[in-house]
This record gives sequence, C-alpha cells and structure tokens, in this order.
Amino acid sequence: MGHFLITCLVLVVVLGLAWRFLGEYLVAVYSGRAKWFAFAELPIYRVLGVSDGEEQSWQRYSVSLIIFSGVSILATYLILRLQPGLPFNPQHLAAVSPALSWNTAVSFVTNTNWQNYAGETTMSYFSQMVALQVQQFISAAVGIAVAIALIRGFARHGEQTIGNFWVDTVRGSLYVLLPIAFLAGLIFVAQGAVQTLSGPALVRDSLNGVTQLIPLGPVGFMEAIKQLGTNGGGFYNTNSAVPFENPTALTDFLSIALVLAIPVALTYTFGKMVGSVRQGIALLAAMVVIFGIWTSFTAFAEAQPNPAVAAAGLTHQPTGNMEGKEVRFGSLNSALFGVASTQTSTGSADSAYDSFNPMGGFGLLTGMMLGEVTPGGAGSGLYTILLDAIVAVFIGGLMIGRTPEYLGKKIQATEVKLASLGVLIMPITVLVLAGIATALPVGRAGAFNSGPHGFTEILYALTSQGNNNGSAFGGLNGNTVFYNVVGGIDMLIGRFGIMLPVLALAGALAAKQVVPASAGTFRTDNQMFVVLLLGVIVIVGGLTFFPAVSLGPLVEQLSHGRFF
Amino acid sequence: MLAQLRRAIVLSLVAIVLFGVGYPLVGTGISQLLFNHQANGSLVKGGSALVGQSWTSPDWFHGRPDADNPLLLNGKPGSSGAANLGPRSETLVRQTRKLIAYWHSQGVDPTTDLVTTSASGYDPDITPADAVAEIPMVSRATGLSSARLRQLIRTQTQGPEFGFLGPSYINVLQLNQALKALESRLR
Repeated sequence: MGHFLITCLVLVVVLGLAWRFLGEYLVAVYSGRAKWFAFAELPIYRVLGVSDGEEQSWQRYSVSLIIFSGVSILATYLILRLQPGLPFNPQHLAAVSPALSWNTAVSFVTNTNWQNYAGETTMSYFSQMVALQVQQFISAAVGIAVAIALIRGFARHGEQTIGNFWVDTVRGSLYVLLPIAFLAGLIFVAQGAVQTLSGPALVRDSLNGVTQLIPLGPVGFMEAIKQLGTNGGGFYNTNSAVPFENPTALTDFLSIALVLAIPVALTYTFGKMVGSVRQGIALLAAMVVIFGIWTSFTAFAEAQPNPAVAAAGLTHQPTGNMEGKEVRFGSLNSALFGVASTQTSTGSADSAYDSFNPMGGFGLLTGMMLGEVTPGGAGSGLYTILLDAIVAVFIGGLMIGRTPEYLGKKIQATEVKLASLGVLIMPITVLVLAGIATALPVGRAGAFNSGPHGFTEILYALTSQGNNNGSAFGGLNGNTVFYNVVGGIDMLIGRFGIMLPVLALAGALAAKQVVPASAGTFRTDNQMFVVLLLGVIVIVGGLTFFPAVSLGPLVEQLSHGRFF
Repeated sequence: MLAQLRRAIVLSLVAIVLFGVGYPLVGTGISQLLFNHQANGSLVKGGSALVGQSWTSPDWFHGRPDADNPLLLNGKPGSSGAANLGPRSETLVRQTRKLIAYWHSQGVDPTTDLVTTSASGYDPDITPADAVAEIPMVSRATGLSSARLRQLIRTQTQGPEFGFLGPSYINVLQLNQALKALESRLR
C-alpha cells in the first residue's frame, strides 16, 4: 500500500515534468519553431507537394483527413490479406480472414487497436511492423493534429484556415512520436522485451522435461509506440501481461507514464497557444480529479478478495484479487495500469480485465463511458474535453442569462450544436449497438462468462470500440463476422463522428472575432468552471450509461453468494 | 480531391518506409548489438527467464497453476492467454476448489497466487510467500530442511524495483536451478 502511494506520487512528478516540458515542446513543434528534423521533413513535403506556409480551411483539412484515413484502411487491409506472400513470416502464417482484416484495419487506423485475434499466432512480423505499427504512429499523429487544429480555432480570429493536415501529421510523427518512442523502445528491450526478426526459439528443460517453442519477434519498439500513441494493440495475445512485452515493474510504470504523457502535456500546449496557461490548468484539474477518484476506487476494488476464489475456500487473500494478474505487477499496479489505459484511449492491459472484481471492472468500463477525456487519447482527449467545456460554458451561460463565451469567442447556436453532436454521438452509437448485440443470438453467442458478467463483456466490447479504446474483457469471442463488422462500424463512428464536428467547430471559431472580456464574462479558469465541467462529464457519461451499467457490473456486485 | 488522394498515397508510402521498416529495423540492429541477451528472449539453460514452465513433480517449486502450458510443442508455438473467468464464475469456483484440494494433498496450505491463474498464461514468477508455502512439499520430496529452503528463497527474492515498484517476486526457473545446484553441492 505504501509502495503503491509512492508509485502514484512518482507518476505525478513525472507527468508534471511531461506537462511542462513536453507541452512546451509541442507548442514549438506545431507552431513550426522546432526545426531540428528539417533534413527529413522538408523532402517529405517536396514529394507530397505541400508548399511552404500552405494553409487549409476546415473543409479541406477534413477532406485530407478522410482521404488519408481511407487510404490507410485500404493499405492495412491489403497487407493483412496478402500476408502469406509477403516477407518476414517465419511461421508461415496464413492470410487473415476478410472480416477480421476489416476490423483490424479500421481498429488500427482509428487509434482503437481492438484486437479480435492473438497476435503471435495470426500476424506475421511484416504485418505487425508494416501494417499495424505504422498506423500506431500515424493514427496518433492524426489525433494530435485534430486537437491542434481545434486549438488554432480558439487562438485565431477572423481567419478562414486552421492549419495544414499534412504538415501537422508529418510534424507530429517525426518530431514527437519517433524520438520518444525510439528512446522508450531501447528501455523496453534493455529490460527484457524481445526485438528480433528470428522465428520462435525451441528450448528444453532437463529438470522438468518441458519443451517450449517460444514466440519471439520485433516487440520492444512496437511496445513503445503502442503506449506513447495511446494505441494499445500489442504483439502478443495478452498484451502487456506477457513478459516479452512488459518484462518488469519498471516497464509497467514506464508504460503508464507513456500512455498519459501526451494527453496530459496537451493541456499545457492548449493553454500556451490560447494565451493563458490557466485555461489549460482548469481542464487538467478536471482530468486529475476524475482520474484520481477512479484510480482509488479501482485499486481498492482489486485489493479485495476474488469472490469465486473465496467461495472455493481461500478467504484470506492478502494480495487482493490475483486471478488473471501477474505476480511482478500485483493487484494495485494492475488496477492503476487499467485505469490509465481505459481513461486514455489506449486499451493495453497488463492483466485480464475480465477477471477483475465487479467494481474493478466497473471502474474500467465507466472510465471509457465518460468519453475518455481524463486525460483521454493522444489528441482525442483534448478535443473531446473541449466539446464538454463548450457544453459546460453553454449551461453556465443559461444559468446566468448571458450569451456564453469561451476564450473570448461567442458560443452561439452553431457551436453548441456541433459540440452536442460530438458529445452525444458516442453514447448513442454504443448503446444502440450494444442493444442490437444483446438482442441477437449471434451477439449473445460471443459472451464467454454466464450471467451479468456475460452482458458486461458485450457492453464492454462495444463501449471500447465506440470510444476507440481497444481495451477488452478478453473472454468475449469477437472474431465472428458479426462482431468484426459491427465493431468496425462502431470504431469508424466513434472516430470520425467526433473528429468532423470538431473540425467544423475549429473552422467556425477561427472565423470569429474576439469579444473583450468584461465584468459579466463567465470565467473558465477557476474552480467554479472545473466543477461545472466535471458535472457535464459525469452527467453525460454517468447518467446516459447508468441503466446499462446497472445490468452488468452493479448487478454482479450485488449478487452476494450467487455464482453463474 | 485528386491532389489530396495523391498526397495520401505518398504519405502512406513514406510512413511505411520510416515507421514500418526504418524504425523497427534500426531498433532491432541496436538492440541486437547492445542488449543481445534480452532482445533474443532472455534464454538461459533450460528455457527463458521470462516464460513460466509447468512444474509437476514435488521435487521442485511450482509456479502459477496456469492451466496448460501454452507453449508445449505441437509444431507451432501457441498463444498467450488468460482464463478470463469472471469474479462470480461457477467454473472458477470449481477449478479453484480442485487446486486447493491438490495443494492440500501435497501438504501445502496454498496462498492466493498458487490457486489463481495469471494473465499471460505463463507468469514466470511467484511471491516469496508463495514459495514459503510450498516448503513442506519440496522439503519432504528432497529431504532438504525447511531452514535451508527458507534461506534459498531469501537469496532468490528480487524486487521491489527501486524499493517501491511492484511486489517482491521470485523467478521459479531460477529458484529451481538454484535448488538443483544446492542439492548437488550437498551430495
């Protein structure tokens, strides 16, 4: 317990440094001040045909984004389908099925990394590197680009453009993701993550007569970008629980820090770019409050005994619920990892979330349902919480009877409509699809556990994909045509159904003039605003999903003495 | 529109070269040079220090009861995998009962990790408390005194890293190799 508190404190310090310095660096990158990678960057613009200082309207920015994502989905799909004919396939793995290739391609392009497959027995090294890992860079860079475009919308006035999609994407991946991931990759490998192109290793133990064929691969560097880009899609089936992905408690901590670094730093970048760091701190404060409460809650739940193990006769479980957890992480660090990965859009896992206690699973599931804004995914966290902020400002404006403003921009009908659309599209999609999956026999057939837990598996899967998270209650058998197709639709809506309103909003805001602040202006950098923002986040997420959640983890928690 | 399509295709190719080929291959090169042992799976005599094995004889300390060894040779390596049984699963109750009964038959009063399965399906570690719980079984089978086994467990205990990260743990393969060395020294 004491150790866990120290771990949390060190994490706060590390993230504080990331907030200040990575946040500042992001400002330099997206304002074009950072130039140390120009030798690689400028030739890319030449082949792309992007001229110096080329700016795009929000419509052109969106079209570029959609076309690029479409091409990425197609490229990823084709590589998976053509896998047997491509190099670096030491295990001679067959082509990935059409439905699974579709789901996986959409999953990695939308930064979701939902995986309906076991990586080590499905994907060749080529597919892992060239299809999946490439998208782990690109999808994160695109997410950050959209957040930056929205920030520019607030920062600019009377302008028709919000930046250039190609420049933002290239700069994000070259200047931010590549160097940090490379350094982190070295640490992962130094600690024990594998990084090789050779096939599986055959070992024999003379002590116990065990023979093993151990799957290896280019894992360590994929691990780095998997976490840093809030992707979450691992090389192995059980993700960060496998020692070759996440060998030590140090890499476990590093994973958590990497996952949170960019989303947290972006609040500084936001404040700096709109001219008031305090505005960013207000958003960060709301994030920290929810993250702190959820971490305490989930860690407490996992420190409790597993009810099934207790019912079997082992009531004394001093280390908490260890079913589906790794000894080197323990129950508390696994809970922290779970919260960090579900409240960003990562979804990586160092333990089997399906075996979490009912309230532990509740913590993870509801973390996603809040819309992943605390701090949320790379870029997506910031732009989604800014939608919440606009709704909060609007509600505040209604209360005091004034036209709401946010950062000097009048929030009018267009902005409120776009923000509401962006905020509501996720809950609607998730609930409708979860309802369909539960109503249809093909959907119910996917559940592995019986009783309320089986329903939670289905709800969790569609919540995770609708939020572009990728975290899973691993028991669900998702590799069916039904779940592959429906999941793909869920992920597309969850990504572009929010991004497009955000870009439209960026365009509308950039065109507006600044209204000077007056005594009657509703302030958005104080505690009152943070409370209002928290209210919006919790009410939109909490109340919308309450009926569904009460049929899953809540019923399970309350079923004392019953087993299914 | 067409200009953007051309850009999308070109940037996809650039990304493949940079992030799909350059990044992992340079990474592999440097890893093989600097961290050769780790990059190739931390292979030691008898297996990998990072992959658990199933131990069934009472002569050895056992690891987590991960149902079956997912990496047993059947021509291809299997995949990692957790049991994924929920906290109110009837099946989990039944399986845990069996495990508890098994440990009792070995004269062991089991701890949590000895009756719960891991997330990877091949957790290489147990906690010092788990190892201590197994002493009666190993002591009876090997004839080594519990004081000696306790001493062995102490020398094999690692972590918490930096004094606070994660729990203390013992690598089961290394523990049994040390046990083997101890036995041959005494004989």
